[in-house]
Amino acid sequence: MKQIHILKVTLVAWALIMTSTLSLAAADKDTIILASTTSTQNSGLFDHILPKFEEASGTKVNVVAVGTGAALKLARNGDADVLMVHHKKSEEQFVTDGYGVERFDLMHNDFVIIGPESDEANLSQMKSVTDALKAIVLSNKIFVSRGDDSGTHKREIELWQLANIAEDQKNTKWYREAGAGMGATLNVAIGMNAYTLTDRATWVSFKNKQSHKILFEGDPNLFNQYGIILVNPEKFPHIKAQAGQKFIDWMLSKQGQKAIASYKLEGQQLFTPDAISGDLSN
Amino acid sequence: MNDIWEALLKAVSLVLTLDTDLLEIVGLSLQLSLTAVGISLLIGLPLAALLALTKFPGRKILIVATNVFMGLPPVVVGLIVYVILSRSGPLGVLGLLFTPTAMVIAQVILVIPIVTAISRQVLEDYHQEYDELLTSLGVSKMRRISALLWDARFALTTAGLAGFGRAASEVGAVMIVGGNIDHLTRVMTTAIALESRKGDLVMALALGIVLITLALGINLAAYLITETAKRRYAA
Repeated sequence: MKQIHILKVTLVAWALIMTSTLSLAAADKDTIILASTTSTQNSGLFDHILPKFEEASGTKVNVVAVGTGAALKLARNGDADVLMVHHKKSEEQFVTDGYGVERFDLMHNDFVIIGPESDEANLSQMKSVTDALKAIVLSNKIFVSRGDDSGTHKREIELWQLANIAEDQKNTKWYREAGAGMGATLNVAIGMNAYTLTDRATWVSFKNKQSHKILFEGDPNLFNQYGIILVNPEKFPHIKAQAGQKFIDWMLSKQGQKAIASYKLEGQQLFTPDAISGDLSN
Repeated sequence: MNDIWEALLKAVSLVLTLDTDLLEIVGLSLQLSLTAVGISLLIGLPLAALLALTKFPGRKILIVATNVFMGLPPVVVGLIVYVILSRSGPLGVLGLLFTPTAMVIAQVILVIPIVTAISRQVLEDYHQEYDELLTSLGVSKMRRISALLWDARFALTTAGLAGFGRAASEVGAVMIVGGNIDHLTRVMTTAIALESRKGDLVMALALGIVLITLALGINLAAYLITETAKRRYAA
């Protein structure tokens, strides 16, 4: 009979686990879903600023980090309350199409091109990003593209157009699409001893750099602007507009902007807040 | 090789210091996987018994289907569950997307075919062995099913363990429907994916080692329990 007893206890415990798990569904009023990009999550920015906001407001922010393209798609399906991404053109389109209430500039950093220390394409000598990209093509070295419709990928495509490199020139001999997030793409580029375009924040926080380093930076075309948008509650009645707006207001406030500016890694500030013009210091 | 040693040390230190984040993630992983396996057994075992002991039209198609679905790509299951649970999908009003419940739903879909296919095979083998005896005793179909399920219970743990392995190890589906949200839907596999994306391969490997150890522990426990039970019953 003892075995039967043990069996019963096990089954009851199991049933308890199952019911408790299924009741974990958090449809809390004071919880919002923020669809954002891998760069902001992988760089550790959210771990730095979200606790400050949550403490100040009592609102919990759940971050779903995907590429900008995927984040926009999530928001178009009504699966996020707030959107924080980095491709201004797509963001404005999102608002024009009625899915977003209004777009605000939030912060910026810049893109850089990283590659192997040996730098056979001589990128570090180049004057502009278009020259740098042409140099990669001429050198026959491998370039790894995100290939995932993210903000970085969209920007990369625009840069190739600026450099007058046509789509059909990009063949797999030298142009490889990873179809992955920024960190995963960096792992691929390093594994292939290749060049790639990355945002500075992800690169600085990335821990598997090996002998890769920044070879080209500083061109104005490499500017990387982040925006923040409330998903339109008129389109989706379930959107937590009040809590979402509270988060956006805080991010754009002096407090939020200071929090962004104070995030440093290895002595470097990774994002520059730009919602407020002028001095943040008082 | 260096990374592996470093990861091993890191894994040991994570476990020994009872890292709170790690405990939370491990706890959620276990909870979700055990729930998914429990639900899958509730659905899969009766289905397996039906397939093993009875004849009905479409039975063979169902058997082939369960065998095929054992290899369902998790990422496809994740996408399908996403489309259904999305606010724009048919079950969007439930607001289940990016919750642990959504992850259990995806895992149940992945685990049911495994539990069903393995259990069906086990029950069929037992049935062949006992068929004559049960028929001569004039046992009814329902009694037959419950008797076989009880008799085969030790062999059936394999089905549960295989299902648990699938649930605990897959990343594609839970990443999409859970969103890998910190402190809410982050489990072992999605945490490993995240750490490797950050380039923190040592941390990713360390978490991997913890996950493998956990699976080992569960399988060992299941083995010991069934062995002890078998011995007591034999005595």
